[in-house]
Amino acid sequence: MLFAVFLPALLAIFIPYLSKWKEKIHTGYFVLLAPLAVFIYFVSFVGGDFEPVTQNYNWIPSLNIGFDFYLDGLSLLFALLISGIGSLVAFYSIFYLHKTERLDQFYVYLLLFMTAMFGVVLSDNVFVLYSFWELTSISSFLLIGYWNYKERSRYGALKSMLITVFGGLSMLGGFILLTMITETTSIQEMIAQADVILSHEYFGLIMALILLGAFTKSAQFPFHIWLPDAMEAPTPVSAYLHSATMVKAGIFLVARFTPILSQSEWFFVFVSGIGILTLVWGSYMAVRQTDLKGILAFSTISQLGMIMAMLGFGTSAAIFGAVFHILNHATFKGSLFMVAGIVDHESGTRDIRKLGGLATLMPISATLAFFGTFSMAGVPLPFLNGFYSKEMFFDASIELESSSLMIAELLRTAIPYLAVFGSIFTFVYSMYLVFGTFMGKKKLEQLPKKPHEAPIGMLVPPIILVLGVIIIGILPETFNGNLLAHAAEAIYGAPVDKHIQFWHGWITPLYMSLAVVVIGAILAFVRKSWSGIYSFFPGKLSFNKAYDFIVDQLEKTSARITNSYMNGSLRRYMVLILSAILIVTFTFIGLTGGFAWDTSNLAEITVHEVVIALAMAIAAIATIFTNNKIGAILILGVVGYGLALLFVVYRAPDLALTQLVVETITVALFLLCFYHLPNLRVRTDSVFEKTTNIIISIGFGALMTVVAISAHSTKLFDTISSYFVENSYKLGGGDNVVNVTLVDIRGIDTLFEIVVLGIAALAIYGMIKLRHKKGAK
Amino acid sequence: MEIIMSILAGVLFTTGVYNLLQKQLLRIVIGTALISHGAHLFILTMGELKRGAPPILDDAISDYTDPLPQALILTSIVISFGVTSLLLVLAYRASKENGTDNMDKLRGSEND
Repeated sequence: MLFAVFLPALLAIFIPYLSKWKEKIHTGYFVLLAPLAVFIYFVSFVGGDFEPVTQNYNWIPSLNIGFDFYLDGLSLLFALLISGIGSLVAFYSIFYLHKTERLDQFYVYLLLFMTAMFGVVLSDNVFVLYSFWELTSISSFLLIGYWNYKERSRYGALKSMLITVFGGLSMLGGFILLTMITETTSIQEMIAQADVILSHEYFGLIMALILLGAFTKSAQFPFHIWLPDAMEAPTPVSAYLHSATMVKAGIFLVARFTPILSQSEWFFVFVSGIGILTLVWGSYMAVRQTDLKGILAFSTISQLGMIMAMLGFGTSAAIFGAVFHILNHATFKGSLFMVAGIVDHESGTRDIRKLGGLATLMPISATLAFFGTFSMAGVPLPFLNGFYSKEMFFDASIELESSSLMIAELLRTAIPYLAVFGSIFTFVYSMYLVFGTFMGKKKLEQLPKKPHEAPIGMLVPPIILVLGVIIIGILPETFNGNLLAHAAEAIYGAPVDKHIQFWHGWITPLYMSLAVVVIGAILAFVRKSWSGIYSFFPGKLSFNKAYDFIVDQLEKTSARITNSYMNGSLRRYMVLILSAILIVTFTFIGLTGGFAWDTSNLAEITVHEVVIALAMAIAAIATIFTNNKIGAILILGVVGYGLALLFVVYRAPDLALTQLVVETITVALFLLCFYHLPNLRVRTDSVFEKTTNIIISIGFGALMTVVAISAHSTKLFDTISSYFVENSYKLGGGDNVVNVTLVDIRGIDTLFEIVVLGIAALAIYGMIKLRHKKGAK
Repeated sequence: MEIIMSILAGVLFTTGVYNLLQKQLLRIVIGTALISHGAHLFILTMGELKRGAPPILDDAISDYTDPLPQALILTSIVISFGVTSLLLVLAYRASKENGTDNMDKLRGSEND
């Protein structure tokens, strides 16, 4: 199974070489092999007596992370969809993409995506699942932006990336919480501990985070906005990722975690509530679109909402319906996207207002589209699979269990009506789609190309999918026993005894279906007379605008915040740094009672020291007030020589010597440089600047004083200098303890201090000598 | 005496920081020089002042002042001398090249 998952990615490594090696053969033929092989591998599992399979491969054993694959009915259904439709899409793309396109890139992304999807549906380890999940986001981002010279492509790719990665990260948070509670990384072991998770205080948070991941990936309301913009991708990508596989990853996630999450009644409220809202909103908005792929995108949104709602119902009939519809939707939506691609390819436009009457010119495509759309609309015909699952949806919606939650009860009453409402609009846009494109007047003069039937290669994949629609429609029980029952059982946790029948007798779901068809047909027929409501509702209201506004405001706000403190002024940065030091240190001293005052261990005060100190203080303060540059230097000299005098008083002869020499040289240097510098100006600071300067500098001086006094008053241990004094002569062979310290005991300090001086000298030399000519590099 | 020295160090830091916050390059260099003086005084005060003789060994004396802070300050003086001279030459070159020593005008262009 490891090999099956990674086969596409392995092949992806060789794609660039293959595409260069045989330039005459379309790269797609090589690509086709991988999903086909995997499909055959997974088909071998299908059967009435299927049992879940577990396979473990080590990755990071110390963190309990490994490629633990778990193949149950649900994973098998998805794996078959991914590999089966993957093969068809690879085949379709051979005829859709011309050899002049960057084929190697396209197929590398596509194969990466396949591996990622296989990993998502087969992983039993939450962190491996998450890794593959993000890989689907990344490869989807690359595929949407495939025509990266188009601005809309880049916009759509970024939007889908931002939204799905946002959801993916929330999901990761949920997974981490789950791992912490259950102390395992395996989903099956988590399910075994479901009651522990339910009673945990974080249960609500886990549910919210995981559902957020699922809703963003599966384009549920209000995160559906990325899907219509993702239609900028090449049509094979839209057919594969954005109808059959990736958008169902969220559905898969909800289904996989249903045994854990559905224990709470809120699961019904959120999943069904959001699902039904998505169904209604998606189908309502689909009627408004004029682009074929736009209609299909909103249609996908609404169908995903329907599946999600059924998962939320939680009854065995509803879960079976959801599983069935996952399969059905993948078949008819895949074929519809491919037909839309054919229309686009052969007529040059996807704008439904320009299309019309293509049925006589493209009879095969038209037939395929009829089957696809009628199945999607749920027209009650015994050879269309869409009808069965829609009927199950109605059936499940009127047989919901009663709940103790007030809001759940309200939702329970509203769901059948909303379901019918959404289905009516589904019917309307399905009819609009097929009749608008293939029936009515021919408008050939408006088309960029003269339309004709597509090459046979392009028609084969949609024909196979439509055959799937019909075969499932005619033989639903075969699929039920071998595949669907296992999948439903994996979600429900117990065997689901459900039989698919076309005729149930005169019962409520049938009346609902008939109502949908009749009202839908009337509405579709007079669509022009009521489509004006879209200018009132939603009118200018749109979630895209909200998204654009949020992104725009985030960028502007962060720019504003950055510009507010990064203004390029050194003074501003100094003020920020020093204020931070002041606030933090004073708060710390205040909170911990760090200030100490101890006068027991002080040296005596003598007059001459006080005089020196006073002179230094006055000189230091005078540097602020003088506007004479020579004066400033000399006053600074007073401070330096004062310090040297203090060193003498405090028995530090080496320091006094050094300080005297250094001060002299510094003053000389100052004089040398200042000779070339302009005179000190009278300052033009504003009162505010002056006040902040005064507050900060006095605060900083006070801080240092407080720290010095406190440190001196708190003696924790004796100095280590006795060792220096005792061993200076014995070990170092010198009487001058300071010098022995510098060159013997702590010689490394001295070495690097010499290096510092050397570097400074070189830098000064460089600055004076090296001149860049203006304009030269 | 340590209290007075602490206050003096505080005064040196205050004036140093105030100079550092000015807009003219010269004042900033003066500010850094004052701050390093303050730091040296601070380190010296942290070792005890005037308890014993200078740390030059003599058989007659048993009590010396702490040699370790002195060694540290000596290193520090040399380093701050190196940095100050570098800053000075930098200030000199910067004002020569740009024709101004006003920090507010030394901003570079938008594209830098």
